[in-house]
Amino acid sequence: MRTLRFLLIKEFKQIFRNKALLPLIVALPLVQLVIMPLAADYEVKNINIAIVDHDKSSYSNSLISKITASGYFKLSYFGDSYQQAFKDIEQDKADLILEIPANFERDLVKEGNQKLLIAINAINGTKANLGGAYLANIIGNFNYAVILEWIQLPRFNNSPVIDVASSNWFNPTLDYAFFMVPGILAFLVTMVGAYMCSLNIVKEKEVGTIEQINVTPIKKIHFILGKLIPFWIIAVLMFTIGLFGIGRIIYGIIPMGSIALLYSYLSLYLVAILGFGLLLSTYSQTQQQAMSIAFFFMMIFLLMSGLFTSIDSMPMWAQWIAKFNPVTYFIEVMRMIVLKGSRFTDIQNHFVIMLGFAVFFNGWAILNYRKTN
Amino acid sequence: MNPEVVISTNKLTKRFGNFVATDSITFDVYKGEIFGFLGANGAGKTTAMRMLCGLSIPSSGEATIAGFDIYKQTEEIKKNIGYMSQKFSLYEDLTVLDNIRFFGGIYGLSNKEIKAKSEELIENLGLQEVAKKFVGSLPLGWKQKLAFSVAVFHDPKIVFLDEPTGGVDPVTRRQFWDLIYEAADRGITIFVTTHYMDEAEYCNRVSMMVDGEIKALDSPKKLKTQFNASSMDDVFYQLARGAQRSD
Amino acid sequence: MHRQWMMYFTNWQEGLNEAINMKQLFIFIKKEFYHVFRDPKTMLMLFGLPIAQIILFGFALTNEIKNAEILIIDNAQDVSSRAIIKKMASTQTFKISAASVNAQSIEAEFRKGRVKMAVVFPSNFHSDLLHTNTASMQVIGDATDPNTATTLTSFVNTIVQSYQKELLPNAKLPFTIMPEVRMLYNPQLIGATNFVPGVMALVLMLVCVLMTSVSIVREKEKGTMEVLLVSPVNPFLVIISKAIPYFFLSLVNLAVILLMSINMLNMPMNGSVLLLFLESGLLILTSLSLGLLISNVTNSQETAMLISLMGMLIPTLLFTGFMFPIENMPLPLQVISNVVPSKWYYIIVKSIMVKGLGFASIWKETLILSGMTVFLLVLSFKKFKIRLE
Repeated sequence: MRTLRFLLIKEFKQIFRNKALLPLIVALPLVQLVIMPLAADYEVKNINIAIVDHDKSSYSNSLISKITASGYFKLSYFGDSYQQAFKDIEQDKADLILEIPANFERDLVKEGNQKLLIAINAINGTKANLGGAYLANIIGNFNYAVILEWIQLPRFNNSPVIDVASSNWFNPTLDYAFFMVPGILAFLVTMVGAYMCSLNIVKEKEVGTIEQINVTPIKKIHFILGKLIPFWIIAVLMFTIGLFGIGRIIYGIIPMGSIALLYSYLSLYLVAILGFGLLLSTYSQTQQQAMSIAFFFMMIFLLMSGLFTSIDSMPMWAQWIAKFNPVTYFIEVMRMIVLKGSRFTDIQNHFVIMLGFAVFFNGWAILNYRKTN
Repeated sequence: MNPEVVISTNKLTKRFGNFVATDSITFDVYKGEIFGFLGANGAGKTTAMRMLCGLSIPSSGEATIAGFDIYKQTEEIKKNIGYMSQKFSLYEDLTVLDNIRFFGGIYGLSNKEIKAKSEELIENLGLQEVAKKFVGSLPLGWKQKLAFSVAVFHDPKIVFLDEPTGGVDPVTRRQFWDLIYEAADRGITIFVTTHYMDEAEYCNRVSMMVDGEIKALDSPKKLKTQFNASSMDDVFYQLARGAQRSD
Repeated sequence: MHRQWMMYFTNWQEGLNEAINMKQLFIFIKKEFYHVFRDPKTMLMLFGLPIAQIILFGFALTNEIKNAEILIIDNAQDVSSRAIIKKMASTQTFKISAASVNAQSIEAEFRKGRVKMAVVFPSNFHSDLLHTNTASMQVIGDATDPNTATTLTSFVNTIVQSYQKELLPNAKLPFTIMPEVRMLYNPQLIGATNFVPGVMALVLMLVCVLMTSVSIVREKEKGTMEVLLVSPVNPFLVIISKAIPYFFLSLVNLAVILLMSINMLNMPMNGSVLLLFLESGLLILTSLSLGLLISNVTNSQETAMLISLMGMLIPTLLFTGFMFPIENMPLPLQVISNVVPSKWYYIIVKSIMVKGLGFASIWKETLILSGMTVFLLVLSFKKFKIRLE
């Protein structure tokens, strides 16, 4: 145990003396925590529409004002040249074009139906769908109004109406940041834990100081603990600043559930993820190798964690990958405890699975790590 | 008087696949002697030394280091030896004092002992001015002397030195060997590998490894007589001439 | 006159040959290639990662909502409620949860984390509808993920509306406006057109910056840089030799990504391949310059890696514009996104591959990228020279 104390003193001295590294490890993630949730917003706003009006009648004007008044669209072009409007699409100034043919009003009344051309820039499929849907909605309403103008519907409306009362729980303001901040924080903590820790260990390998350690009576387990514990502490520190500093102050997020539960899961998670970093380090001889493998896994962990896209929507084989990704569970737990106040019984499974990960990674790593070969 | 044997090997061998790095070496090292382990690069010195330090498990043969078995008691071996390699010995990003305290603590010295001995060490080496400076900022010669002192800080039975004087000027080398003599006088056995043949003259006995085998083992004087050579260089040349392996 | 020009040219050639000893350059470049190819773990990242990303983005990741587990509390158990439930179950969006709970336990179910929405039908649902022409139902969304909640809610609304229409007597109304919708550039609405250029940008930028900065800093750390600087080799050659292998490797990477996305994901390639590779070369140059700059300001591999990877991964992911629309971001962030080279590259690639446009449409972005490259290079060489003196 005394050896462990000496090891920890040495590690901490080395980390704190490194003037470049320490501020970067803590500051970089936190800065990203501030920026990311602001940027990561899937809500579709500001769809730019170019309207080509060949009719210039009261109907076309009425339709156009309904569109601009809806709040979904911003008018990028209004005129009578389709070529000009198309140029807007090419230059990404417009997302869709509405072309109203000449004699629209006259022909609608005379012949009973008319066509409107909508051309949508479908490069971004989601935006295209939504923009098209909104526009179709507005046109539909406009159409209904036109019909009402001309046709008297029977006095008693026979059409049944189902009223759908909808409510949103846990996040009534629908603030996307609430959803993203815990998840992003979870991922940043993961990066510091796995990535930085494995780099640190491999650095000793590369420089050769590990040989010196191997020759001393320092036990395997002490050395490993001496490497893991400092990063565990740094990660918890960063998590705390992130959640209570940035999360609360900038985003107004106050965890609904038990803080103790959150921290106990965090601790277990860190053991698992540091074990993963340790494991990576046993397979690398140089820092560049460690960095490459870590980058590879980090990227996959990031994409398959449910942080940006939902796991349920993935095909089965992809869902299995997500199931084997430890980050998935931590992000889920973060969101559940912070936003919904879930209790221990709700996340029992998550605890068990994370324990499994911790044992698996650390066990494998310790098996690999041999002072004597 | 039978001097105490601190290292004893019997047909110690290390194989890597088909390649025999160390071939059946058998020798004894006595307490307090300065034992030079010589040989060309690639002859198998480093492999042999790694086994003796407990860093590598032999393929076959027996050995005891400081009385402990090389297969079953590697942890005990480590507690009783010191080690200094040319590649690294100390943490460059920690101060002189930090390094001394760290290694002292690792080897189980009490805080009181560490304090007393570190003061002694710093005074002996004249490092008072730089005690709180990073080791990385010291000139190479000082680093080597400090590294050696740290390696014997806990008064181990044996200290293994792997090419300890590489890249150092002749004056510093002399000073370094003074430190080695001091340690040997204290009863610490010195096991040193080198390919500076003049340093071979400083040792009590030397062994020569060629192609993984020990081709000669005796005091420098007797070896020179045996091979009718005027210097250790010459002895070495005669032995190594027929060597198959080189760097 | 002609002779004079020949003399000038020959002098210039000789001077150039002295400054750039091609043979030396090749030796260095060969060494760097060895470093890379002998390290399978690095190769895994260099080549494996883009492939993995294409597969994931192409086949696994989607913004659509599928298999969302919802809770049904059907107090009516009548014709209408069953019809609506059946409609919901038949979509890919909803998965009806097997749990049977009452209204009080909805919150607890949400807390368990599986269920995303609860739909509650009151008793007498159908009879209310029949006799009073109105009925109400409740839809409760777990708004932890606001997007999912709103999407699922509007989906339920659509389903309910279509059921409503089914109850209407048949009537075909005149004065119908029929919108004719044409999808430009991406008629099948495939997501690849959006993210493949993004993956290209991400991979080219991150890998080049990372590898160049680390590779140069490593020589600094080991001390071999000093050795090279002291030798008769032109120091700039040393730097260039480190960048060139990654230049070519990135182009190979690019080709792999293109082949995969065009063949497996139906990514369109409507523009000039040559232009695409030229512009990609430009982005690679920009990244290499950034890597160079980073290597000049850091002294340890650890720091270089930290800045290149942890510092750049998420900003590049965000500000390139393929995961989240830039126009959604608050203004200061939109301004920041202009500084990220991959953002401009993303626009260029989309214009070439998807819209099939030529240089005339992207000269502005190209100019910006070139400007960034020059700026970074000048800055790095300045810092490099200062260190040399």
